[in-house]
Amino acid sequence: MISSLAKRKKMKMTVSYFVLIPFLVFFLFPLYWMLITSFKTDTEITSLKGIPLIIQSKPTLAHYKKILFGTEFLKWVKNSLIIAALVTFLTMVISILAAYAISRLRFFASQYFGVGVFCTYLVPPTLLFIPFFKIVGSLGLLNTKWALLFLYPTFTAPFCTWILIGFFSAIPRALDEAAFVDGASYIQMLWKVFLPVAAPGLIAATMFAFTVSWAQFLYPLAYIYRGDQQVLTAGIYTTLIRGDVYFWGELMGASLLASVPVVVFFAFLMDYYIAGLTGGMLR
Amino acid sequence: MAKVTLEAVSKNFGKVEAVKDFNLEVDDKEFVVLLGPSGCGKSTTLRCIAGLEEMTSGQIYIGDELVNDMPPRDRDIAMVFQDYALYPHMSVYQNMAFGLKLRKHPKSDIEQRVKEAAEILGIQELLERKPRELSGGQRQRVAVGRAIVRKPAVFLFDEPLSNLDAKLRVQMRAELSKLHYQLNTTMIYVTHDQVEAMTMGTQIVIMKDGEIHQVASPMEIYEYPVNMFVAGFIGSPGMNFSPARIKAKESRLYVDAGSFELQIPSEKEKYLEGKKDQEVILGIRPEHMEDKSFAEKGVFTGSLKAVVEVIEILGSEVQLDVSAGEHSLIARVDARTQARLHEEIELAVYMDKIHLFEKEPPNQRVKTEERP
Repeated sequence: MISSLAKRKKMKMTVSYFVLIPFLVFFLFPLYWMLITSFKTDTEITSLKGIPLIIQSKPTLAHYKKILFGTEFLKWVKNSLIIAALVTFLTMVISILAAYAISRLRFFASQYFGVGVFCTYLVPPTLLFIPFFKIVGSLGLLNTKWALLFLYPTFTAPFCTWILIGFFSAIPRALDEAAFVDGASYIQMLWKVFLPVAAPGLIAATMFAFTVSWAQFLYPLAYIYRGDQQVLTAGIYTTLIRGDVYFWGELMGASLLASVPVVVFFAFLMDYYIAGLTGGMLR
Repeated sequence: MAKVTLEAVSKNFGKVEAVKDFNLEVDDKEFVVLLGPSGCGKSTTLRCIAGLEEMTSGQIYIGDELVNDMPPRDRDIAMVFQDYALYPHMSVYQNMAFGLKLRKHPKSDIEQRVKEAAEILGIQELLERKPRELSGGQRQRVAVGRAIVRKPAVFLFDEPLSNLDAKLRVQMRAELSKLHYQLNTTMIYVTHDQVEAMTMGTQIVIMKDGEIHQVASPMEIYEYPVNMFVAGFIGSPGMNFSPARIKAKESRLYVDAGSFELQIPSEKEKYLEGKKDQEVILGIRPEHMEDKSFAEKGVFTGSLKAVVEVIEILGSEVQLDVSAGEHSLIARVDARTQARLHEEIELAVYMDKIHLFEKEPPNQRVKTEERP
């Protein structure tokens, strides 16, 4: 019996790997391709005899040198980091307060606010380009990175609010009442009870806000044209593609570097993130 | 330590009247139990006292202070919730210290109070644990501990034992009674369990549909229920009710239930003179019927014949479901009974303990004695 159980377990593992490995290859292959391309010489990349999957001639660091010292790459990284961090912070402040109010306070039409918040997220961003352009212009933020600080929360805040409403609503009301009787004010209750209890939700929302602001492409492309104000995504695109000339080696290298912070961020919070997405009430 | 006074308190949820014109005075150091079936408004009343629910109208005083517009934290109360409501991210110690910390008590004072409370409840070893690492009974203790450390004027309990298993409930019941004695503080306790109410309360408030039916000590409620609802709610198994008529025969009064007839004790007769031929509801508690062969003479003066339908052996006694004509009755009789299924048995009735109620709702008690 035992041996057959062990056998069955082994069988299960084999099948799991059999299914998982193709997925792994599918998702990692582009990264691998980017990586080797970034180390190839331009001659090899453009050569018709070149084989995409391997490096044939001597690998080079020339592309990375050009990215780091021949473009404003480091400036873009700085801009992206500043914007993503500030947007994440701003988003969390707005969403936490909004979600707390919607899930706990009773005010006029409060039960419809949650749905309303989510609906604003459903409006396609392309539809908002022109009105936003006017607003950003009238604020005098056109062509500066600070425009993004205003633009990104328009889609990060509703979504994060929506996530947090779910987490806050899952906290039993008796917990609020216990805190009230214990002598907590609304703000103390939020700070000392809600935030710690809904920690997985906060992490999920933070990660969402950070990743989305880091990866956002269309808004910076549309509103910023100065190299020193640009963020990574649009900066790479506008500088390393000129007309129909693609600087493939630099493009691949820069894109790889650009994804490093997100990978680090995810690796750091991965466990919490999964707990966050799957409900994760502590009780 | 304080008395609690509720004057004409009512609470509506939309069109539903959860609590209607509720008047109650809870004396200092009393253990008052609000008892009633679910949905009777007892929890709502408690939540109004706590300040978690806003009243529609009325006044609540804690001590001599009107607390109508006071938030819960200023009311000098502590509450224990049905599902404990422990903060899941805090250790037992932090859970108990939270209220004191918010009130900015000095650290040494907090430490001392938490230790004291932990000792009373026997949870000293658990102080570093998180609530999820505790069993149901331990969580319950922590919830009580969180209330104790605050040293409030009034303790409020909202069905605190209903999530525990039967054995633990009995144990916690005794401990809460002990705690009341130790702390010597006003406690208001909500439950739907009449055994809890009878065993713990010094006063019981019986509620139904948002109204008070009776306020009295446990024994008084058992002996002199004011109406059929109260009579049926207290006691297990519940009181037997049979429609009957007061009948005069040979200068004595009888309760005539059709298939049986019981002579009313002479000391009760004078109260019923004016009730001749009136229809009433006869109430007999199961424990006030006995197998005639084992009944104490001169006490169990009534008797009736019935057919045994079910025999439940409880060890210390036997519970018989019997039918006397159209009446189904339950009797708790001596364990030595020779009763056999589907055979006739003669049951003796403790006539001093019978109850009569008016036939028409609200089925008020018919007076048959002077209350002590």
